Amino acid sequence: MSDEVSCAGRNSFRQAWCRVKTRPTAGRDTTLVALFAVLTLLSACGNIEPWVKPYERQALADPIMSFDPNPVSSAYTDHVFEAREGARGALGGSGGGCGCN
Amino acid sequence: MRFAHFSALLLAIGLPLTASAGVLPEDRADLLGHRYEGGGVTIQGPSLLIRKTLAEKYSFSANYYMDYVTSASIDVQVSGASQYKEERTQYSLGFDYLRGKTTYSLGYTHSKENDYLAKTLSFGISQDLFGDLTTISMGFSKGDDTVMRRDTVGGGIDPTFKEDVDRWSYRVGVSQILTKSLVTSLNLEVITDEGYLNNPYRSFRYIDPDNNNQYKLATEKYPHTHTSNAVGLSARYFLPYRAAIEGGYRFYTDTWGVGGNTYNLGYVHPLKILPLTLEASVRYYEQKHADFYADLFPRIDFQNFMGRDKELSAFNSKTFRVGASYDFAKSGWKFIKKGSLNFYYDLMQFEYDDFRDARRTDLIAGTEPLYAFDANVFQLFVSIWF
Repeated sequence: MSDEVSCAGRNSFRQAWCRVKTRPTAGRDTTLVALFAVLTLLSACGNIEPWVKPYERQALADPIMSFDPNPVSSAYTDHVFEAREGARGALGGSGGGCGCN
Repeated sequence: MRFAHFSALLLAIGLPLTASAGVLPEDRADLLGHRYEGGGVTIQGPSLLIRKTLAEKYSFSANYYMDYVTSASIDVQVSGASQYKEERTQYSLGFDYLRGKTTYSLGYTHSKENDYLAKTLSFGISQDLFGDLTTISMGFSKGDDTVMRRDTVGGGIDPTFKEDVDRWSYRVGVSQILTKSLVTSLNLEVITDEGYLNNPYRSFRYIDPDNNNQYKLATEKYPHTHTSNAVGLSARYFLPYRAAIEGGYRFYTDTWGVGGNTYNLGYVHPLKILPLTLEASVRYYEQKHADFYADLFPRIDFQNFMGRDKELSAFNSKTFRVGASYDFAKSGWKFIKKGSLNFYYDLMQFEYDDFRDARRTDLIAGTEPLYAFDANVFQLFVSIWF
């Protein structure tokens, strides 16, 4: 199978795989599997393609799409609700953040 | 403090958070006038919020907020007290630091009433991920409150009464762009309180052992710890003709047995012929009562904890909102980049399932009609971007 893999090209995973594959040491299959897993995980983090491109976010950037367009008003409104209801917390709508600073 | 408790809210509110981890809030000033009237209570006052960015990576904010309270609520009337007036002043300072796609936030809030002092320190961090489609946030707050009590005669502070409350809040949130027109937000918050959680002025009522048709009053007894969990999910969708619709749901539960559900639905519509944006929303909230809540206890020593706070009873509330925002100086004017004048009106309707109108002393205790009231909430504010 290793003969079928070309070591040419700029793909970092393929080059690393080739380097490992050509090393004459015991247990290299285990190393290979581990490297494969790590690189797969890393490439998963780095290569996620945004399915909504930056140039496609015109609507999302419209002020009417803001969860919290008027912070001074939403803070007051939340205050009114929490003063008269037993429930509290998890009211932050803008970015899921702290709601506190 | 009296018949409204504000301090716990400081953990959850105060200055609002940044909209996105990789972008600092705009330079902006908001001056708001607010008024709440309902259930014999009128609360009004101003709120001023200013944000300013420096060097494109530091953002400072300051908020000044006041409540002027005039209250003759049902709690006040049942206790036999007369109408009272008080003030609450709140200052908040915030600082954001943007580094790459990460925003670090630090905040401090100080609230003072003549019988209640609350100080809250907050820290938060948020990070944009996956091509800025995802924003994750975490936050922590620590609050230290001091509870005092005024004498019923004379109104001075009782020197023999001074209690503390410690509060902790932990928050996690995710904001996610799902499509070109849809964004969602998921928030989880855990709040823990420890200390004197009673309202020192409020009483529970129990059947008069000498006359079973009447009731007597005694000071409430609350647990000294309280932990709550809330998770909220919101979504906002852009409609093709430039309008937005928003929906949200929040689930709440706590160690006192209170459980609640909140639903809201809103619509925003900018007009094309005028620089005017109209909006409307409806919100429904329901909760079940706390384990130690009862409208009327059988006797004064019925159980170890006893309370009659209507905010801990079983009830529902409906809120209907209409609002309008008028944009001005859209092309700038002197140092102003743009501005808006905004007005919101909320009609809130509360219906209690197990909180009776104990003012009706002409009726047998426990047979009074269930309590209900409406409240009107007005907000008028001007915003300028600079």
